[in-house]
Amino acid sequence: MKLPLQLILGALLSVFFIVAAVLSFLWVPHDVTTLAITQKLQAPSGTYWLGTDHLGRDTLSLLMVGARTSIAVAVVAVGVGMAVGVPLGLMAAANRGSLIDEVIMRGNDLIFAFPSLVIAILITAVFGPSAVNAILAISIFNIPVFARVTRGGALSIWTLDYILAARVAGKGRLRISVEHILPNILNLLIVQGTIQFSLGILAEAALSYVGLGAQPPTPSWGRMLAEAQTMIYTDPRLAILPGLAIVAMVLGLNLMGDGLRDLTDPRVRRTRA
Amino acid sequence: MTKLFTSAAAIALIAGSAFAQQDTITIGMQLEPPNLDPTGGAAAAIDEVVYSNIFEGLTRFGPDGSIQPGLASDWSVNDDGTVYTFTLRDGVTFHDGSAMDAEDVIFSLDRARAEDSTNAQKALFAGIESVEAPDPLTVEVTLSEPNGNFPFNMAWGDAVIVAPESIEEAATAPVGTGPFTFTEWVQGDHVTISRNDAYWGEAPALATATFKFISDGNAAFAAMMAGDVDAFPVFPAPELISQFEADPRFTVIEGSTEGETILGMNNALAPLDNVKVRRAISHAINRQDIIDGAMFGYGTPIGTHFAPHNPDYVDLTDMSAHDPEAAKALLAEAGVENLTLRLMLPPPTYARRGGEIIAAQLRDVGIETEISNLEWAQWLEQVFKGKDFDLTIVSHTEPADINIYARPEYYFQYDNADFQALIEDLAVESDPAKRSEMNKTAQRTIAEDYVNGYLFQLAKVGVANAKIEGLWENAPTQANDLTEVRWVD
Amino acid sequence: MLRFVLTRFVSLTLSLIVASLVIFAVIEIIPGDPASYMLGLNASPDAVAALRDQLGLNESLALRYVDWVGGMVTGDFGLSYTYKVPVSDLVMQRLWVSLPLAIYALVLSTLIAIPVGLIAAAKRGSATDYSIMGATQLGIAVPNFWFAMLLVLVFAVTLRWFSAGGFPGWDAGFWLALKSLTLPAIALALPQASILARVMRSALIETLGEDYIRTARAKGLSRRQATVRHALRNAMIPVLTIIGLQFSFLLAGAIIIENVFFLPGLGRLIFQGITQRDLIVVESLVMLLVFAVILVTFLVDIAYAAVDPRLRRGR
Repeated sequence: MKLPLQLILGALLSVFFIVAAVLSFLWVPHDVTTLAITQKLQAPSGTYWLGTDHLGRDTLSLLMVGARTSIAVAVVAVGVGMAVGVPLGLMAAANRGSLIDEVIMRGNDLIFAFPSLVIAILITAVFGPSAVNAILAISIFNIPVFARVTRGGALSIWTLDYILAARVAGKGRLRISVEHILPNILNLLIVQGTIQFSLGILAEAALSYVGLGAQPPTPSWGRMLAEAQTMIYTDPRLAILPGLAIVAMVLGLNLMGDGLRDLTDPRVRRTRA
Repeated sequence: MTKLFTSAAAIALIAGSAFAQQDTITIGMQLEPPNLDPTGGAAAAIDEVVYSNIFEGLTRFGPDGSIQPGLASDWSVNDDGTVYTFTLRDGVTFHDGSAMDAEDVIFSLDRARAEDSTNAQKALFAGIESVEAPDPLTVEVTLSEPNGNFPFNMAWGDAVIVAPESIEEAATAPVGTGPFTFTEWVQGDHVTISRNDAYWGEAPALATATFKFISDGNAAFAAMMAGDVDAFPVFPAPELISQFEADPRFTVIEGSTEGETILGMNNALAPLDNVKVRRAISHAINRQDIIDGAMFGYGTPIGTHFAPHNPDYVDLTDMSAHDPEAAKALLAEAGVENLTLRLMLPPPTYARRGGEIIAAQLRDVGIETEISNLEWAQWLEQVFKGKDFDLTIVSHTEPADINIYARPEYYFQYDNADFQALIEDLAVESDPAKRSEMNKTAQRTIAEDYVNGYLFQLAKVGVANAKIEGLWENAPTQANDLTEVRWVD
Repeated sequence: MLRFVLTRFVSLTLSLIVASLVIFAVIEIIPGDPASYMLGLNASPDAVAALRDQLGLNESLALRYVDWVGGMVTGDFGLSYTYKVPVSDLVMQRLWVSLPLAIYALVLSTLIAIPVGLIAAAKRGSATDYSIMGATQLGIAVPNFWFAMLLVLVFAVTLRWFSAGGFPGWDAGFWLALKSLTLPAIALALPQASILARVMRSALIETLGEDYIRTARAKGLSRRQATVRHALRNAMIPVLTIIGLQFSFLLAGAIIIENVFFLPGLGRLIFQGITQRDLIVVESLVMLLVFAVILVTFLVDIAYAAVDPRLRRGR
């Protein structure tokens, strides 16, 4: 089977940033917590490959550590969303049409009804801005997404003959959900997970752009943008580089998600041909 | 032919604009006032719109910070300094046409000091025992004890004279006695005021003025460059000032403010209750780096809580010169190691950027910090009211406010009985030479106790169209007095 | 059908009650006292107490909740703490910015997305299709606030075609007001248009594969005719659903864009309300937005059920 081009491209881009983020634990060109005011706003050079910011920190190092922040926030938010949303979705599907199903699905609708950024702002107003609270805010909106996708996928599997056979054999709903339903919707969840991951990167950038994400001195792409915003006329590099990083990372994940879907969804494979 | 015609038209246009002098102005402000009643809220933005434009007090601040006559043409004080007699100007009317007389003054002062008053600066009126009017143009204020500062107190925006008929609506439709009347307020965008033709003093040159609210530094820059805004008296982003300096269309107005920017320390909380630790922190700070890094060079280093442009200022910056080695030694002496402090930062740029720089400087002497960026409301609750903090950065913009160090319950919780006695004596002292000496002693005392880290005096950096004159250079109080503002060629 | 409508209505009411409780609870536990915020650093405690009294903040929580909900049911949204004007006036004022902006962005995004999606679907597998799909991927990946910054840099500061922001008000003239909403609308529309174009393309491809299209083709309609007459109409259902979702997002989700262009819209009113602890404004506004979305969902459910009886039996 031929790998779709977008999957390869997407995977390459994503891996590039993940490697940069992991590398930042071991090595960065310059320490990002040390300031050198005298070195501020330097143009790219041999010492500072991408130049320095308004406090004399190395832009490349900031971008590398910023990738770490973005990825960490988005991954944990996807993880939390899955950990809560998938069981809820399985439960709803297993008890289709019951009160539990109704409560779960109405609850989902209710969360979707809230304007997400406003809720994120309210959460940080209550608990104070931090990376953890940014994760919390993003996770809350991931839960109904995974619950819905899981329920939808699970419902279509529940109608299949072999599930009926399993029920006749006396397996309980819980056991069927875990043993038969979950493995069969894993593809679906991975694809959705990739999409939520990229949305999480965007959400983290937006939150830290308005000052609600990771707090200084922890670098983050969104805050780099916010700080560079007023320097866009004097030093556009500072506002353009973090923006490009966000775009490339999100683009990579989206391409990868789409590629994965094409790979796993036989229907799409047929229409693509 | 066409070319000739268009250039002729262009000349006519230029000539036309020279004859009809522009008499409207758009002023940029970073924050929108929550309401327009200066007697019922602390927001500086209220005064920045209404002070001296719409509302006036008995006295007023001049551009240099001096106390000048306002609605009172002059005043006198009795020998023991407890009774002030103000002579009101004749023929002053409010914008609704009603006359301003002694009854309005009594109403305004009584209202401000009443039990249920919501005046943000109630302390200004605390010493008033009674306010009486022997005749419609004379007001006698009796104080419980002498207060040489009383005319100064009456110049504050919170002490303006209002009328009982219109005060209820002041929040949204202010009615004062000033040279401009309120025209409209489009919430979230702008306030417009227009020339008051019935003004008692000299009429202003401007026919209308619009205050436009732009909080974002970038948007402010773009608005100035695009000509949407004519002047931005307090420009929110110092890093962009160099762009204006390079552009002949603009002038940059750099002046002083009353804002002492300090690294506030919680004097009641260990280990900051130890003067050695506070001193170590003070030596760890490199003021010039903070001014350069956070304010792009705008600001004057201070070594105590006093404005450098004040004649009584003593330069004590050497007492807390940047000396990381001394800082480390002091920490060792105090027996403090592995110190981690919470640094709470309110929203202004000086705090957020300054905080990052200070955190790095403290790390150099072995002190770790945990930064929390707070909104003002949270900061007020947690730091100012709750005193639940180790370090914070804030600029104290009230004029002559060294007396806050005499309030042990104030957020940094400095409790020194000698200092408190000194401030009490200062409040009732009227001899200028003695007052000056006491002010100097006060500055030295708080510097020797290293109460807070004294960083820099906030600069007022504004930008204006080069053809505008008459804007205040300094900010003795937060105001945009437009009385003298005009366009010139 | 009636039973279906009734159960949906009960769950709508329950959702609203839960939402109001959640909103009230969250906003009440936000640290920071509105009165101390308004009176600032030098305020004396008794002035703050007097103001709290005036604002009704000293009442019990339960009483204030009942007051708030009762007021909203009768159309009284309370008085803004800071502005001292009725919240409903503020909302109406801001709605005249946010609503046109949302509509503008939606129109732009639809005008771009539908033809682009159509072309991509019609030329499926071609280089055109690939470049369109690539461009939409890029459009989705661009954070709209960053795109907005770039727009300001290019069109307001460098080229000076548009002002950098602000809103002159509709009184200043329709075209002037519309012009000031143009850059924000473009910034908002880009990601939405990209998403919509993709939905449009895949919906079209799906319907083009259906039997009735083949029948239509067999009857002699050209590919183009079949696309426009049949496929387009059927593909509109998912497209309209997405447009509906995007509209509610645009109404409340424009906070950051409103900030970049300093537009006095609803999003900024909420943001500002939170900063200034103007709790009543935040509570009422968030509730209104939630109510609007819940109501739309309810109506859509009913409409679908009316069309397709199978849906009445659980979803």
